[in-house]
Amino acid sequence: MKLTINGNLTELEAEPDMPLLWALRDLLGLRGTKYGCGKGLCGACTVHLDGQPRRSCQLTVADAANGEITTIEGLSAEGAHPLQQAWREYNVPQCGYCQAGQLMSASALLASNPEPSDEEINTAMAGNLCRCGTYPRIRTAIKSTFADAAANANAKAGSGEDAS
Amino acid sequence: MSTFSIVSRRRFLQLTGLAASGLVLGAVVPRNVALAGILDQAEGSQLNVFVSVATDGTVEIIAHRSEMGTGIRTSLPQVVADEMQADWQRVKVIQAHGDARYGSQNTDGSRSVRDFYHIMRQMGAAARTLLEQAAAATWQVPVEECAAHDHAVHHGSGKRLGFGELAARAAELPLPDLETLRLKDTADFRYIGKDVPIVDLQDMITGNATYGIDVHVPGMLYASIERTPWLQGRIASYDSSAALAVKGVLDVVELKAVDGAPGFNPVEGVAVIATNNYSALKGRAALRVRWRESEHSSHSAESYLDELVSRVEGGAGQVRRQRGDVDAALADAASVVEATYRTPYLAHASMEPPVATARVTDDGCEIWACTQTPQATRRIVAETLDLDVAAVTVHVTLLGGGFGRKSKPDFSVEAARLASHVGKPVQVVWSREDDIRHDYFHACSAQHFKGALDEDGRVTAWLGREAAPPIGSTFDTSVRINSSGGLSQGFASVPFAVPNLRIESHEAPGHVRIGWLRSVYNVPYAFGVGSFVDELAHAAGRDPADFWLQLIGEDRLLDFSPEGFEYSNYGRSLSEYPFATARTRTVIRELVASIPWGEELPPGQGWGLSVANSFLSDVAVASKVDVTDGRLRVLELHGVIDAGRVINPDRVHAQMEGGMIFGLSLALNGEITFSGGEAQQSNFHDYPIARMDQVPGVIRSHIVASDAAPTGVGEPPTPPTAPAIANAVFAATGKRIRELPLSKHFDV
Repeated sequence: MKLTINGNLTELEAEPDMPLLWALRDLLGLRGTKYGCGKGLCGACTVHLDGQPRRSCQLTVADAANGEITTIEGLSAEGAHPLQQAWREYNVPQCGYCQAGQLMSASALLASNPEPSDEEINTAMAGNLCRCGTYPRIRTAIKSTFADAAANANAKAGSGEDAS
Repeated sequence: MSTFSIVSRRRFLQLTGLAASGLVLGAVVPRNVALAGILDQAEGSQLNVFVSVATDGTVEIIAHRSEMGTGIRTSLPQVVADEMQADWQRVKVIQAHGDARYGSQNTDGSRSVRDFYHIMRQMGAAARTLLEQAAAATWQVPVEECAAHDHAVHHGSGKRLGFGELAARAAELPLPDLETLRLKDTADFRYIGKDVPIVDLQDMITGNATYGIDVHVPGMLYASIERTPWLQGRIASYDSSAALAVKGVLDVVELKAVDGAPGFNPVEGVAVIATNNYSALKGRAALRVRWRESEHSSHSAESYLDELVSRVEGGAGQVRRQRGDVDAALADAASVVEATYRTPYLAHASMEPPVATARVTDDGCEIWACTQTPQATRRIVAETLDLDVAAVTVHVTLLGGGFGRKSKPDFSVEAARLASHVGKPVQVVWSREDDIRHDYFHACSAQHFKGALDEDGRVTAWLGREAAPPIGSTFDTSVRINSSGGLSQGFASVPFAVPNLRIESHEAPGHVRIGWLRSVYNVPYAFGVGSFVDELAHAAGRDPADFWLQLIGEDRLLDFSPEGFEYSNYGRSLSEYPFATARTRTVIRELVASIPWGEELPPGQGWGLSVANSFLSDVAVASKVDVTDGRLRVLELHGVIDAGRVINPDRVHAQMEGGMIFGLSLALNGEITFSGGEAQQSNFHDYPIARMDQVPGVIRSHIVASDAAPTGVGEPPTPPTAPAIANAVFAATGKRIRELPLSKHFDV
């Protein structure tokens, strides 16, 4: 079987019904994509298939064989995607485990809707769970990629205020 | 007294597995620093923390606590770097293996900074002192003329030597006495109190961070385990033929449970071992196992909680704390308010489930795990495989969340037993279903309160009566009543200035493995206490914030011993960490000042607040909610924390945001039920955790400025959140919620 992953054509031996998640992780060593629930309920395993966000635990390798797959490892070189920059700027991660999935969902959202409303962000991101509760910073970071500088400053203040 | 010794290069290598060059420092500090937390096994009497300076100037700082999202791998090393005058950009943080020589590595109880802040300062100061002495000796000048800053030692003449250039010489010098070391003036802090980004940030956002599930050992196999559906269940029979027919499945292995209380041991199960996770899961689905019933296989959460409620409502329990004459005060009261609250079992559901990898060879066993307790893991694996502790190495990965679940090393024991059995490295991956069904569950509770009010609306008596299955029952089946340590978590330790007070407990035998989840018994007790204070305030016709302030009373240091209560103070003495009610009142005042408390709101909206002292910190939380047509939305969450001196304010804000959202999540959605001994929930569809669209658009955190000794941060934001939301619901609707979660009462 052949898969196109992050622009590379990759050959692998797998049962056609194997979820892409396990093929990526166990067979190809691409472990940035995370297991969280196995039922498409948490978004930790989100990848792009032809630019669309897909839960890789719900996608078989056979389903994925004809498309272009992008994983967190292929989102950018060196973490240079504007969202990764924003994630750094706002110190988004806590444990970090869900963040690959969060970034893949957010990047797919911005690719189709460069300036989503709060409601649209909530809707697009509601399938990506974070047990640490980094949601406010994820929202702020997403919005920082398109809002103007003044709005950015407000949003940053909104994520917490220092004692002084 | 502390001593300080050069650790040999060989020993450093043994401890860290790293090639160290140049200066390696080790501190040995007094045993009272390694304090017992909840069920901590007092893992070692000595503490060793290590700093090394390589000849190229790289400063390696050992992180001996587990990173599960609090930022501890950054916060403690930033303390060392600051005192040492190192340049943070040239610091490399190295994760320690599990080793008792570090003292406690049991990362729970919100105590990493509390227990290690001062030691880390001493470590940094000792390193700085040695480097300054090395420079003075090189230049043949008095050491007083040499000062370290910016990763180098400087002399008034303009001479300068980098840390790397001094490392070899510094390593030959006798060590300074830790207790007489000069620590930096706090005004000169460069990193302490600053928002240093977490060291793992770049790896986390590029998919390069290594969690327990990302470990890959050559030749490794994967295991998925079908476990007993109820506590103490045993395999009656099983059929592995269909499982073994699945492509990729190599073996099916029985894992017998050890007899007695579950403790940290695995429960009984049948493991399917395969070449990849998918085959293991598929094989497991084809497995047919029949389980023998146990005394717990009829456990029903609903009837159990009904029984606990009837106990707390039915009459006096064991008296745990007493002041004055509550019965007389209730009889004389102008009015009496009473209420009963029930809170459900909860599951941890960290985003990364428990995962451990083991390799067993003739030389011993290596474990790689997302563990909060590498030393307990090491001990129990050694015991299980009948090895010397020294023959077991525990590598600590990043944890994709922990919240107390990963304090239990059962999953590493499973991996060790399977690896030993098959003779190849094995990774045990818990599915989400395994994680939720076989958790060490957070205790449910029933709580009954009575309050007496006089004609002026002042509380003259407080009666609190609880029943909650004790954590101790997981380790000793004869334990049936909550411990003083459990009741110290906000139930018997209420800081109220009332003339008459009595706290009682009833038995609540364990029928499931009871564990501890972020803030432990503070979760249920803060809900009961925080809701009942609000009920009293409304009954008295008083503003709840003013009522709290009056109930706590004048500023004082609490002492529970005259009232017969053995207050644990989270393992520290009250002389060292006094329970100062002034702090509790301050967070309430600062909270109210930061929000439009008392504002006119449209119908269906309301503000509520609550406060809790936990893990030696105080947090007050306010919530604004909207309830329209049966739909509850939390619009705002505001929190104020006093945690003493703060090392990394950004990470404290992150914990406040996340801790409040964790509290919101359990308040809105959190419930595990049992029927026939089996957990009825299995994944995020029936055990939902907060989604982005449930989280308020406004969430604010404020840190009370303090130079007091650091106290807990990871857990304290959670307890006051559920009562703050429920109290806001009352303000909005007049409906008093006495049973969690809120999804039982509203569309959330």
